[in-house]
Amino acid sequence: MTTTEPMRRTPAPPSGTFLGMPTFPTNAKAQLNNTQMRKNLRNATTTIRAKRAKVVGEVENWEELRLAGAAIKDRTMRHLDSYLVLLEESLTKAGATVHWARDAAEANQIVVGLVKAKGVDEVVKVKSMATQEIELNEALEEAGVAAWETDLAELIVQLGHDRPSHILVPAIHRNRAEVREIFLREMHLYGTAAPEGLTDEPAVLAGAARTHLREKFLRAKVAVSGANFAIAETGTLVVVESEGNGRMCLTLPETLISVVGIEKVLPTIADLEVFMQLLPRSSTGERMNPYTSMWTGVTPGDGPQEVHVVLIDNGRTRVLADPDGRYALRCIRCSACLNICPVYERVGGHAYGSVYPGPIGAVLNPQLRGIESDIDKSLPFASTLCGACFDVCPVRIPIPDMLVHLRHKVADKKRQGLHLEPTIMTGAQWAFGDHKHFEFMESMAAVAAKVMKKDYLGPMPWPASPWTRARDLPMPPTESFRSWWKRTRGEGK
Amino acid sequence: MPVPADGLRVALFATCVNDMMFPSTPKAVVSVLERLGCTVEFPMEQTCCGQMFTNTGYFDAAVPTVRAYVKAFAGYDYIVAPSGSCTGAVRHQHPMLARHAKDDALIAAVDDIVTKTYDFSEFLVDVLGVTDVGGYFPHRVTYHPTCHSVRVAKVGDRPYQLLKAVKGIDLVPLPDADQCCGFGGTFSIKNPDVSVAMGADKARHVRETGAEYLITGDNACLMHIGGLLHRENSGVKPIHLAEVLAHTEGGAR
Repeated sequence: MTTTEPMRRTPAPPSGTFLGMPTFPTNAKAQLNNTQMRKNLRNATTTIRAKRAKVVGEVENWEELRLAGAAIKDRTMRHLDSYLVLLEESLTKAGATVHWARDAAEANQIVVGLVKAKGVDEVVKVKSMATQEIELNEALEEAGVAAWETDLAELIVQLGHDRPSHILVPAIHRNRAEVREIFLREMHLYGTAAPEGLTDEPAVLAGAARTHLREKFLRAKVAVSGANFAIAETGTLVVVESEGNGRMCLTLPETLISVVGIEKVLPTIADLEVFMQLLPRSSTGERMNPYTSMWTGVTPGDGPQEVHVVLIDNGRTRVLADPDGRYALRCIRCSACLNICPVYERVGGHAYGSVYPGPIGAVLNPQLRGIESDIDKSLPFASTLCGACFDVCPVRIPIPDMLVHLRHKVADKKRQGLHLEPTIMTGAQWAFGDHKHFEFMESMAAVAAKVMKKDYLGPMPWPASPWTRARDLPMPPTESFRSWWKRTRGEGK
Repeated sequence: MPVPADGLRVALFATCVNDMMFPSTPKAVVSVLERLGCTVEFPMEQTCCGQMFTNTGYFDAAVPTVRAYVKAFAGYDYIVAPSGSCTGAVRHQHPMLARHAKDDALIAAVDDIVTKTYDFSEFLVDVLGVTDVGGYFPHRVTYHPTCHSVRVAKVGDRPYQLLKAVKGIDLVPLPDADQCCGFGGTFSIKNPDVSVAMGADKARHVRETGAEYLITGDNACLMHIGGLLHRENSGVKPIHLAEVLAHTEGGAR
């Protein structure tokens, strides 16, 4: 895999596109058989869930903070147009250059242009979901520019010719033995090699990554970041991180390009107070994250002297236009919903066909990308609607209700084409919409029960196979409840 | 045995799954409520909460079930269902569906009726104010708090309060109790592999407890976990909370 594309500067990601992926159930079936991934996910999510529960439990007014977070985000989205204009004014005043991008292609074009204008052939990157979303690394690669991921987990994913499987912990599906293997196999092809005698001790692996990245940090003239928050009133961008690689990227290079989704804007610095309490506790289960970087345009003689901010829409205004879907724009990418989700825990992030997996991905992707592809049509159904995601969401995104809303959209689309499901549902509507029809169905079931003389049915052919392949199915009784009621108590109430 | 209800008129919402597949559960509800002095009525117009349609995205198909619910239960102060999930669907989704239908009369009727709909455990603890319903169940059991009973109907620890008061019962905690069993309505057939993977973990935890009976307040979830336990010939029997509470020393199983 590593030698097939000698022209590339950076490790090639897996072939195929997200949108070309099969439906969620198909992807999930394959992932369920990945023993290593399942063990890693089980360990990681169990640990992080417990950590989160502990530090959230310490905060007496947690529910009020959640309400405040949701209210601030809702108010900002209601006046998004004016806050964005204010943000642009503030950034410009502070010496930054603001660029607007309607979609991924425009954003990539802008960033590639800015990088090429600096005459460099590489950039260092802070971990950023927005740049993953627009697949910036590949756009830069095509333009002959190497984009080096400097977040440890993103580095593991990049060197592993892999895709991220978690918003916060992109390499959550890898264990340390796999990381060691990837470092030994790949590092020397793209820079400083892994040291001889590399073990799978976390500190040793982190040391190898530090050495590998150091030369890239010191060499880079241009850095690319995202932002967790963008403050309209001051033009301040905020990056919240754990490793300090972000701080290196944000301070060492001469030019800094930040790609920021338009929903990241917050009105004032004071609003940060709420989110800086909500975010670390919900994401890493820490009271406070190790590094919080804030910068306001250009500071003469200190840090990057050329600062660009690319504000991207890429489907966000479409999300905003839907009153039942716009809650997704509250998301601060903490991953608490992924970590609590029993479906995500078992199938991992790759089954969701996007850099946004898990419950938030199931409501965000079909909105950002539309419900055209097989994967996007299947994502709203990738949940049992158990509701655990809403309970842990720091900004109270009603994910289960939104999934139901999106299922309605998918069902409406299905009704326009030739599908079996709408026909079945019309039949069921007849059966369940009127008690006389329901009673008729019950009498049929009772006849079946009398004929079959069984308590349970074992494996059966389609259409019963999806249930009965692994689960026995209880047979209905020979007398329904209402038949019993009529027999013993009469027709009246 | 005191009679706290004193003839209180209660309408039973059996739910479609119980009516057709698990009649012993609504029968048990009738038995417990009458034992406590309620006058139980069963309005025949009732069908289903419509959740199967709503949660699969077929809102239009769900609206007739909302109309049937209103027709059956209008005028009752207490509507009791042995299902956290169906109770949750009535309270949380019927108002949305009535608005989807753009029917003002239905909206008004639904907004009123949802406040009168109770899960069985809630009705016993909150309305009748009892936790000891005179039950006797000399068995080792474990209880799975179903997701919708906890997170939508919000029954809290009421089922535990009721179970702890049952004479002779050996209630063993279920490991990872708060994790979903993987049923999820049509999820169980749209995503059968994930559903079974989740259910297998739940069934394993149930077996770890050494319980003879697995109790829940929702027979649909129980049908899923029970289906796995039956396929494994585990010997663990699924049973609804109401049926446990209905057993008395006079009629032990």
